[in-house]
Amino acid sequence: MTQKKTVEDRLWFSGNEAIALGAHEAGVKVASGYPGTPSTEILENLTRYDDVYTEWAPNEKVALEVVIGASFAGVRAMATMKHVGLNVAADPLFTASYTGGRGGLVVIVADDPTMHSSQNEQDSRNYAFSAKLPMLEPSDPAEAKEFLHLAFAVSEQFDTPVLLRTCTRIAHVKGVVRPEPARTLPAAEPGIEKMPAKFVMLPANARQRRVVIGERQRQLARFAEQFEENRVEWGDKQKGFITSGVSYLYVKEAFPEASVLKLGMVQPLPEKMIRDFARQVETLYVVEELDPFIELQIKAMGISCHGKDLIPAIGELNVALVRQAISNEPGRVEFEPVPVMPRPPNMCAGCPHRGLFYCLSRMGVFVSGDIGCYTLGFLPPLSAMDSCVCMGASIGVAHGMAKALGADGQGKVVAVIGDSTFIHSGITGLINMVYNKDFGTVVILDNRITAMTGHQPNPASGATLMGEPANAIDFEQLCRAVGVKHVQTVNPHDLKATRAALKEEIERPEVSVVITRAPCVLIPAEKKRKKYPYGTIIAKCTGCGVCIRLGCPAIQWTPLTPAEAKERGYKEKQKGFSQISEEVCNGCGQCVALCKFEAIAREEN
Amino acid sequence: MDTSGNILFCGVGGQGILLASEITAHVLLATGLDVKKSEVHGMAQRGGSVEAHLRFGKKVYSPLIEPGTVDILVAFEQLEAVRYLPYLHKKSRVIVNTQKILPPAVATGKLAYPGDSLAQLEQRGLAVVPVDGFALAKEAGEIRAANVVLVGAMSVFMPVAEQEFVKVIEKRVPPRFREANMKAFQKGRRAGGK
Ligand code: SF4
Ligand code: SF4
Repeated sequence: MTQKKTVEDRLWFSGNEAIALGAHEAGVKVASGYPGTPSTEILENLTRYDDVYTEWAPNEKVALEVVIGASFAGVRAMATMKHVGLNVAADPLFTASYTGGRGGLVVIVADDPTMHSSQNEQDSRNYAFSAKLPMLEPSDPAEAKEFLHLAFAVSEQFDTPVLLRTCTRIAHVKGVVRPEPARTLPAAEPGIEKMPAKFVMLPANARQRRVVIGERQRQLARFAEQFEENRVEWGDKQKGFITSGVSYLYVKEAFPEASVLKLGMVQPLPEKMIRDFARQVETLYVVEELDPFIELQIKAMGISCHGKDLIPAIGELNVALVRQAISNEPGRVEFEPVPVMPRPPNMCAGCPHRGLFYCLSRMGVFVSGDIGCYTLGFLPPLSAMDSCVCMGASIGVAHGMAKALGADGQGKVVAVIGDSTFIHSGITGLINMVYNKDFGTVVILDNRITAMTGHQPNPASGATLMGEPANAIDFEQLCRAVGVKHVQTVNPHDLKATRAALKEEIERPEVSVVITRAPCVLIPAEKKRKKYPYGTIIAKCTGCGVCIRLGCPAIQWTPLTPAEAKERGYKEKQKGFSQISEEVCNGCGQCVALCKFEAIAREEN
Repeated sequence: MDTSGNILFCGVGGQGILLASEITAHVLLATGLDVKKSEVHGMAQRGGSVEAHLRFGKKVYSPLIEPGTVDILVAFEQLEAVRYLPYLHKKSRVIVNTQKILPPAVATGKLAYPGDSLAQLEQRGLAVVPVDGFALAKEAGEIRAANVVLVGAMSVFMPVAEQEFVKVIEKRVPPRFREANMKAFQKGRRAGGK
């Protein structure tokens, strides 16, 4: 097996890099996913190795279907996604539990407790329970790599997909990882093998498989009792902790003396092991992030324990929190926090989305939003997004509102959606809108990249994850093909043209699409392009504040006292002036059209 | 801080915080210690607050630093230094880049930028080392090397030889920026009191 980079004996890897390395060591041949923080870098890092096919799929459901197919063909395969993505992939997941596969099949799901960059907080362990699938949970990058080997081995031994759960504090934590040669080898041979009773899930076959799953559950429960990563670390028996994942690290640090049962497999649980452990410790604590997943099952065994009565069920845990919850010891805080103004994220200077949202913010329409950089259009001063539910939902939500409002809603509801999100699951919403005779408008914000997660190519970008040129979707043709008769494309940096197009289409009593097309300023070609920044002619600025309402990070307000205003030769009542930082400005020119006093100009080059 | 410690890097997205914490981590790794670093990606990349927790020792469990236990705070922006006050203890060393980056509420004229960030820290008896990273980087010939200036200032307070930093910076910075970055590092050392 070849590897593009040289092997050192001690690597400094993030959890996601470690998972990619583990997948490589385990001989994964096909990997598919959809970018989603904090899971994104797994696939990106996997492309560094030879002998593996990697791709970005349009959504998580497709990604999982692809790897199921690869497994049917007898190779080891892996899908990656974040927790909300697992919802999208839930449909094939539950049936893959019935079919199993041939080659090992592993699904990596990254949860985001505290919602550092997610629209909800969700504990993916519940999926493992309800889909009747084994789930492994590492606690740091070194274990994450290790667990990939185990996950594939379990998958093949028990003919089941295996879920591997990480979270932000594994995915984006860096630690020492030791690489090794390929160790566990695939059990199957690549090739076509017809196994209809196992692969064709029509009711008669599925009923048979359901029974097989029951037996697999029992076998897995027995296996969990000897699984090497379920282990007891005996210490002082006054306090006994049952824990898994990152929570294990917090327990070890807060209570180094205590006894710990560390669960590397969180589904199914090793009942006998838990009973033995519980019997030997004085007080039993279950420490887990988010849901009382382990706790409820332990209580159902008739064992009493502390859990969510002490440990918060919302957000990430940490050492201080665990220590205080269990022992009531106050934290070590020596300095109380002082109120500091928040520093929310903002769309980049020169972001094409800003132009669109500026126009929308002046139109008084309800903006049904979606997931991407453009969700930031919600923040002041633009404040131009009125709802945001999940990937692809903007179109369906707008349609529902239109149907609810009837004629009263005409001209008042707009859906906005990014290119990648539109492909992910927006297109079906648009088809529904046309078929069910809506009159609304969909704005596709086409910047040719999946920007929010760090600029992954998508079917509109014209390149694959592996760097090969590819077909770039023609949105105009696509929209027309599903039956939209009115499709307009505008450059969102041109505010006048954008407003005119929006106005025309929103008022139209038929389904229409406006495509706003301009590249994201952070894609490499744009970053390399020579920029001609604008500046303010301060003497001409009247302090009207119109340009400030764009919310561009390059435009800054300088307040003035009446005395200062006078000294600068302004009217005394002028409260300040606006200044463009040439270092930050990307030269998009959106602000130029806004200034009636011609105070924004570019130095002639 | 001897063979174990906690360093917190904080600032604003795009300031080179991740590279600074990466350099420091590699220096510590070279000493054979266990090192863990935790950062949050995502929305922070669009100009929001960014933090990187770096912990080292014989064996590191938690990737997150506990409040009250930061030995060195490296703040890339004044206001951000104050935000992390609860992470500090009485003996913490605070390296602050004196640069100001206006939060949106200030840039749009809604609020004024607080003028007393450093004083707020000093009043609490903390050892503050102000560093004009931007100006020193400019002097070194590479304005984007302010992060390396700060690494230089921080290195003065770390139990690792200067040479170890030099080796790692040389390895991790592209050749054409190497000279300027080495200068930036030295200017940082001086600002840190060496
Ligand atoms: S990364 Fe691209 S799409 Fe996102 S805010 Fe910046 S310019 Fe806009
Ligand atoms: S630059 Fe023009 S638009 Fe901006 S505040 Fe001054 S006068 Fe108003």
